[in-house]
Amino acid sequence: MCGIVGLFLKDKALEPKLGAMLSEMLVSLSDRGPDSAGIAIYGAPSKNEAKITIQSAKPERDFRGLDVELAKAIGAPVSLATKSTHAVIRTAPDKVDAAREALQTLRPDIRIMGAGEAVEIYKEVGLPEAVVDRFDVRSMTGTHGIGHTRMATESAVTTMGAHPFSTGADQCLVHNGSLSNHNNVRRELIRDGMTFETENDTEVAAAYLSNRMAHGKNLGEALEGTLSDLDGFFTFVVGTKNGFGVVRDPIACKPAVMAETDQYVAFGSEYRALTKLPGIDNARVWEPEPATVYFWEH
Amino acid sequence: MPATTMSKAERDQSHARVFDLSQQSLRELNQALHKLTPGSNETAWEVLNPKGSHSVAVGVDQPVSIDVRGSVGYYCAGMNDGAAITVHGSAGPGVGENMMSGSIVIKGDASQYAGATGRGGLLVIEGNASSRCGISMKGIDIVVHGNIGHMSAFMAQSGNLVVLGDAGDALGDSIYEARLFVRGKVESLGADCIAKEMRPEHIELLQGLLDKAGVTGVKASEFKRYGSARKLYNFNIDNADAY
Repeated sequence: MCGIVGLFLKDKALEPKLGAMLSEMLVSLSDRGPDSAGIAIYGAPSKNEAKITIQSAKPERDFRGLDVELAKAIGAPVSLATKSTHAVIRTAPDKVDAAREALQTLRPDIRIMGAGEAVEIYKEVGLPEAVVDRFDVRSMTGTHGIGHTRMATESAVTTMGAHPFSTGADQCLVHNGSLSNHNNVRRELIRDGMTFETENDTEVAAAYLSNRMAHGKNLGEALEGTLSDLDGFFTFVVGTKNGFGVVRDPIACKPAVMAETDQYVAFGSEYRALTKLPGIDNARVWEPEPATVYFWEH
Repeated sequence: MPATTMSKAERDQSHARVFDLSQQSLRELNQALHKLTPGSNETAWEVLNPKGSHSVAVGVDQPVSIDVRGSVGYYCAGMNDGAAITVHGSAGPGVGENMMSGSIVIKGDASQYAGATGRGGLLVIEGNASSRCGISMKGIDIVVHGNIGHMSAFMAQSGNLVVLGDAGDALGDSIYEARLFVRGKVESLGADCIAKEMRPEHIELLQGLLDKAGVTGVKASEFKRYGSARKLYNFNIDNADAY
């Protein structure tokens, strides 16, 4: 089944509550997916700073002293904030690639969840309630975010198999459904230089979008491409540095409902995910059409 | 107001048994509804704060009225057999699935496969319905004030689907004997579904359905009728591409 949520704020006054609102939405869909949960939250982007979210199964061993070692390796200041099994590294935007490379040598066991000017990604196996508690998601502020609670069908129940999947700077994607041609698409993307961390079908969808955008398409055009190039069932909710998009396959058997007010645009697999949002009783609520791209930008 | 001047409906309403789903569980509601026996005085029910809950008022088999104040999730009023259920909000996937008799009115929109496999009764959707409305319907009457989505009435076997707005792609794909009446445009017809002549008996049938559904200001003559070309009933190798 899987449950997905997304929230894109238009009203700045709600930004301090983004984490709390998104957590509430995700927890309400727990019974759609007990295997793992994850969220991506976009804070206000900073031009002078990039963030890299990393994960380790042994955070005490891997994160200790990492900031000092990394700063030395890349020759630039680094800060590191640990949250349970995850940590957010902040450094200069032009040092991200160097930091990624240095991390592979300094801590070969850590995983990079995502990187960019705005995004932080937290995901682990377990129920949404446990995951949002573990990372204190409710206290997070931001402009928009997406979340996922997973019922695994196409790959293993692991932290890396959890959504969101991030395959480009500030890009990430959550998916409800299953893709049938992911192995073929993966091969084509690998031929074009993309790399993969898992056998997961959703990672292929995320990489597909990143690849198309790297070839000069905008997110809207890249999402249009999924309708002809990806086979199977899907509802995708995607985030970019300042944007939020939704697309469903032409058969559209995976559920989706959206709501829009002057304050926000919200997405949920089910209406009950939206019931605690402010002003929901007077919101425009609708079911996104199949094979139709919806997209908002700040 | 003195009780003596109240209409029967008002009297029922005033004695409605109220279930607040923010205080009581869905299971308590459905168990109480299932315990109803013929001749029970508890003929009016009101459900508050459904907040998108699944399976609200499923399997009711007594002729009671149930007003749900708010939007519901999956499978509301499924298997209804005789109750008059009104949702004062929107409904999620599978509303009224396999209804046997009675009526269901959705004041807002309905999600996918509304009225699926329904065998009898009347389902009215005052807003729009999504894809696969009336899929495999088997005797139910469905009246949609707005539009319906793609693959509606797929494999419909009997009953009537009335749409005041437009229909999406592949209407009536692989249809058997159900009658489809659409007032607006049809995006495309599915396999073996064709436009058919509106004869006087169809006008009469449709007018009756519009009246039953409380539709006013709309004439039966404004609709087109669609149904089965009956080419796919028995396998014929020449029709293999059409399946």
